[in-house]
Amino acid sequence: MADTLYDVIIIGAGITGSFIAHDLSKRECNVLVIDKAADVADGATMANSAIIHAGYDPAPGTLKAMLNVRGNRMYPEVIKEIGEEYRACSAFVVAVDDGGSKILDDLALRASDRDIEYRDISGDEARRLEPNLSDDVIRALEFPTTGIVYPWNVAIALMEEAVINGVTLKLNEEVTDIEAGVFKEDANTSKAETVKTDSFYRVKTKRAEYTGRIVINAAGVYADKIYSMALGHSADFSITPRRGEYYVLDEMENPVVSRIIYPVPGPSGKGVLVVPTIHNNILVGPNSLPVDDKEAVCTTTEALSRVKAAAAGTVKNIPFDKVIRTFAGLRPSGGDGDFIIEESANLAGFINVACIDSPGLASAPAISEYVIEEVLKDKLKAPYKNDYVHRKPFIRMYMLSDEEKNEMVGKDPAFGEIVCRCTLASKGEILDAIRRPVGATTVKGVKKRVGPGLGRCQGGFCEPHVVEILADELGIDRTEVRYDSEASVILVEEKGASRI
Amino acid sequence: MITRELVIIGGGSAGIAAAIAAYNKGCRDILLIEKDPELGGILLQCIHNGFGLHRFGEELAGPAYAEKWTDMLGSTAVEVKCSTTVIHLTGDRHITYVNPEEGYVTIEAKAVILAVGCRERSRGAIATPGYRPSGVWTAGTAQKYLNIQGYMVGKKVFILGSGDIGLIMARRMTLEGARVLGVAEIMPYSNGLPRNIKQCLDDFDIPLYLSHTVTDIRGKDRLSGITISKVDENLTPIPGTELDFDVDTLLMSVGLIPDTTLFDEAHISLNRKTKGAVVDEHMMTDVPGIFACGNGLHVHDLVDFVSMEGEEAGNGAVAFLRDELKPADRLSLSPGEGVSYVLPMYICPENMEEKTEIKLRVTGVMRDVSLVLKSGDKKIAEQKKLKIQPSEMEKLIVKRDDLAGLKGELVLSVAKA
Repeated sequence: MADTLYDVIIIGAGITGSFIAHDLSKRECNVLVIDKAADVADGATMANSAIIHAGYDPAPGTLKAMLNVRGNRMYPEVIKEIGEEYRACSAFVVAVDDGGSKILDDLALRASDRDIEYRDISGDEARRLEPNLSDDVIRALEFPTTGIVYPWNVAIALMEEAVINGVTLKLNEEVTDIEAGVFKEDANTSKAETVKTDSFYRVKTKRAEYTGRIVINAAGVYADKIYSMALGHSADFSITPRRGEYYVLDEMENPVVSRIIYPVPGPSGKGVLVVPTIHNNILVGPNSLPVDDKEAVCTTTEALSRVKAAAAGTVKNIPFDKVIRTFAGLRPSGGDGDFIIEESANLAGFINVACIDSPGLASAPAISEYVIEEVLKDKLKAPYKNDYVHRKPFIRMYMLSDEEKNEMVGKDPAFGEIVCRCTLASKGEILDAIRRPVGATTVKGVKKRVGPGLGRCQGGFCEPHVVEILADELGIDRTEVRYDSEASVILVEEKGASRI
Repeated sequence: MITRELVIIGGGSAGIAAAIAAYNKGCRDILLIEKDPELGGILLQCIHNGFGLHRFGEELAGPAYAEKWTDMLGSTAVEVKCSTTVIHLTGDRHITYVNPEEGYVTIEAKAVILAVGCRERSRGAIATPGYRPSGVWTAGTAQKYLNIQGYMVGKKVFILGSGDIGLIMARRMTLEGARVLGVAEIMPYSNGLPRNIKQCLDDFDIPLYLSHTVTDIRGKDRLSGITISKVDENLTPIPGTELDFDVDTLLMSVGLIPDTTLFDEAHISLNRKTKGAVVDEHMMTDVPGIFACGNGLHVHDLVDFVSMEGEEAGNGAVAFLRDELKPADRLSLSPGEGVSYVLPMYICPENMEEKTEIKLRVTGVMRDVSLVLKSGDKKIAEQKKLKIQPSEMEKLIVKRDDLAGLKGELVLSVAKA
């Protein structure tokens, strides 16, 4: 293993790392992606609002403003290219008082400065379009280019393409140390003078060591820790995760809203949103609470009741009796509030892509473009490949016509065997998800890719069946099947092993 | 498109009983559809005994009770399709099902009985706070792992909710070598049958914490511990009452909900309390020709009553097919003081048999009371009860003759005796 010299080692297989891996895989270079999690998209990418924001919100002059606007424009095309789902569901930012209306004035100004399409409408007009909007809403800005995706599926699809095109992916490998081969002597001198082309990094995990010329630190909430490892001392930025907690409402024929509803943004961010998802669930959240622990993805009753109360300020009749799940995600927030996307001033070839909190998902394709075309411009001369191959999209029976479905069942009866009563995923779809290039190896991996466990029974009916399929397909015992991480044991032993 | 007389969706206790009843009434074109590879539904994983006392006068294990019914079904000419999942049902009774042999098929039925069973409320549905590690399951999922697949989900177990499956699993896990540290119930009374409290908890010295709920779940990968807290009369946790338990498994037995996925597309009205369909005395929903029964209609305590309700729906469907259900005035039936729900929600005196059974659940534990059915101030039926509790479904018989000439609403209440 130590013999391979990678051009680029990407630490972190979230949406940022996946986009960069995907985009680099179109070029002639040797790329390794490492993540400590058991699957792609297991951190912030798994637990967020899943919105491709239009880009009117970030403060002028920031990377966030530039990359959000650009990212939003890139998404529809990128999603089509990788065969995933994207819906431009539109969004309202609603004001309930004069103060809020003034903020809308500012947002409208930013939107026109950035050429973002918007409509300024009255409260009544907004309620005509979204009947469950609060009676208190006096005015709304509509941003029709706001969209929704399944972030983890986007990341998985990108990583699949990357792997098909030669990227090496190492999961379940936590980076424990990074040795930098070449240091700049003086951090204050300009890059052109001191960056040496023969810089290299030894990236160590519990299992192996890897050598790369360039390291891209896309480690989410751990980006400060990873950078510190390479520096040998504390990084000059630190990440204090901000936790966001959400309710997930059951799939409904007539969801309470069809557009994303934002309150006017405040000092702590975009506020509590009501968000439709592609499968007609509704997300309600998030709050924003700084936490010390980088893995504190727990929910609390206090925060969730505040989320509920805040949502009632913009949307009425939210059917909280339809809650099927609550979850929390950690925003990798830090620095001065803007994204940090730059080469280290101290370490040549060490690229921090850090503090990628909201609008990180919306900006991700543009972040990748910026990293490759701006930050790496003089460091990585990699021409485009001419034999780039696209992935085959996930098989999703619900997207097929009845004739196409029957064709699938005719070819493989497993597509006629329904495993998940809630999402109607078939055994055939699950097998496909396991057998793919970046295949599911865990129960959560199956859930992310094809749905069993996402629905109203939350895996109650299908999990035992999914465990059985995973064990059979991976050739392991059922006690070896994991929910997610290597320590997330499901079955502890066979019956009878310790009977009294 | 193929048209069938009667299609029954769900081959558990309700669906099998419905099929046999309809067959015995003379219906000869019946299709019974079951998603699992064999008939029997949830009974197949309920290997404890206690089934059949009312119906067969003996205590059977779940699979044995199911076998008695599948044997009876075997002597009819009802067509059965197993490993077949119904994915659509429309209001005009078009059914789309899928199985590995036929693929996706749409048929039409003159009458449909939904006997689809229920699902367990999950940890997510009650928004239990804390982390989301592996190790938290509904009791029924753990039961399936243990009794069908033959695997243990954990060794140190706590159970939230005193529903019957949770109680049964407390005993079952104990017998398989696990330690069950306790059961917490948010209400001041148990939600399970009294006999299960005795046989599954008391006999094994497993403590029951009434008026307690889980307020924290710890563990980032696998569950490492939980906290329970006492709750006040508003069911809000009281600070300072926390008790920690180091466990690797938390089983949720916090309620069952009729699985109404198919009801929505057919625009069948649901009742807020039962979370199942609104039905009349023939178990017909407000969509003509579509019937519902069993735990897919409202959650029962005893399988014997599920089977009986299946038979009512089977008989009802045949009456509908024979055009015996006439459009006529009907009475609405509502829960009054002390009653959380009544079923059916409508009674048509002209269409009903000589008498019909009203099923109900009460809102709390009460002693020396009467169940009273009234039309305005007029008492229609009354039955004295020494003790009633929410965990036991009650029944009140009402006679057709007593309903003659009545209009509007009937109210069923609990009154002090």
